[in-house]
Amino acid sequence: MMAEAKKYPAPQGNPETKPFWDAASQGKFLIKRCTACGEPHYFPRSICPFCFSDKTVWEESSGEGEIYTFSLMRKSATGPYAIAYVTLKEGPSLQTNIVDCDLDKLRIGQKVKLVFKPTDGAPLPFFTPV
Amino acid sequence: MSIKGKAYIAGIYEHPTRHAPDKSTAQLHAEVAKGAIEDAGLTKADIDGYFCAGDAPGGAWPMVDYLGLKVRHIDSTETGGCSYLIHLGHAAEAIAAGKCSIALITLAGKPRTSAMAPRAAGAEADFEAAYGATTHNAYGMCAMRHMHDYGTTSEQLAWIKVAASHHAQYNEHAMLRDVVTVEDVLNSPMISDPLHRLDCCVVTDGGGALIVTTPEIARSLKKPLVRLIGHGEAMKGPRGGKDLDLTYSAGVWSGPRAFEEAGVTPGDIKYASIYDSFTITVLMQLEDLGFCRKGEGGKFVADGNLISGVGKLPFNTDGGGLCSNHPVNRGGMTKIIEAVRQLRGQAHPKVQVPNCDLAIAHGTGGLLGVRHAASTCILERA
Repeated sequence: MMAEAKKYPAPQGNPETKPFWDAASQGKFLIKRCTACGEPHYFPRSICPFCFSDKTVWEESSGEGEIYTFSLMRKSATGPYAIAYVTLKEGPSLQTNIVDCDLDKLRIGQKVKLVFKPTDGAPLPFFTPV
Repeated sequence: MSIKGKAYIAGIYEHPTRHAPDKSTAQLHAEVAKGAIEDAGLTKADIDGYFCAGDAPGGAWPMVDYLGLKVRHIDSTETGGCSYLIHLGHAAEAIAAGKCSIALITLAGKPRTSAMAPRAAGAEADFEAAYGATTHNAYGMCAMRHMHDYGTTSEQLAWIKVAASHHAQYNEHAMLRDVVTVEDVLNSPMISDPLHRLDCCVVTDGGGALIVTTPEIARSLKKPLVRLIGHGEAMKGPRGGKDLDLTYSAGVWSGPRAFEEAGVTPGDIKYASIYDSFTITVLMQLEDLGFCRKGEGGKFVADGNLISGVGKLPFNTDGGGLCSNHPVNRGGMTKIIEAVRQLRGQAHPKVQVPNCDLAIAHGTGGLLGVRHAASTCILERA
């Protein structure tokens, strides 16, 4: 089954995450990396959630990853959708939807890549099978 | 300091309603409070501590005022469905520290009459809200990965619903009283893969309340004595996306803390109240608490092992959230209440565990697949 085109809410943004949304508007998908402990993380924080250093920097992600898990949600007024966690090549896993594909053929471990979807504000990151 | 044996559950009350369009939420809180106070043989004036969570309209201060309480200890810890398990632990701490001597804990609400407002978002909102995480699909993602990693099957999950339905048939207040089969569960509509409609709990109006007190006061009342001997609480989330693992819950931390404090092991437990928002919730909690090894929950729950009088670990003998009651979409309160009934010997005779002297009540709150809390209480007949 194919998901219908859907209207997504615009991100509200805040001073801490503004660079992420500014980059998204330029088509770039950013993660954060801590220069003290070297660990990447997502969603972005100013202080590293692992070592609590404030020496975190923005880094462009490859946008490549694989499906860690998913569930095809059928109880939805706007049609079925696939919620998922994708593990990025850089390491962090993130919550997303898998879009623009045959939802019945999804499987754990499947390779996926980033695709931005428009909102009334900055675009939102989604993933689609490679 | 340990809370072991320092607090007793002297009063319990589960509202018999499952649909209450003609009552207010505050009224339901008052009705369950009245029920628990009367069950304990106390009066409202005796209450000097009050505990409530996010379901209390307006929070603690409007509720304390509405109920007409005069308290010297207040706790409004909000951790979703396991709030009341945490309240029980915190009430024991407060009682042990002399901050209050008779604590009231209430839960009530009406999600069956009208849908509840979504919980307030945290710092993750912009990065998650658009993707439509709900209870159904967040637990579906856990089940999907558990199946992938451990070969757990839908048939095994179905046995959990089957066991709950065997118990619910004897509960006159249960919302679903028909005994179901594994096939019934598998043939029910898919809600969010791999969870079927019958893998899900009921949605009910209602509530429940507890009275927690000192050993001395408990002994002065005319009720069978039930005491808290171990308590644990914990939280888990994606932690910046590092090492995401949805096959275990925060119960891996709350459980051992509670067992260690109680000085007992899972093998000693005679009856288990395990939060059952979905079948997968039960399976993962049983593993996380140590009733079986990680990944072997499917085998553990199969073939009626959770049915009272049939299997090794009788669970949710009131029918649980899967069949009886899930007031305010929060299962922690009713888990404690049925454990106390079992320890008092007041469960339905068809499901009463013989010589039930040690029980566990455990629950989670939030979304198991996203961010959640867990709390474990070990209860003993004194």
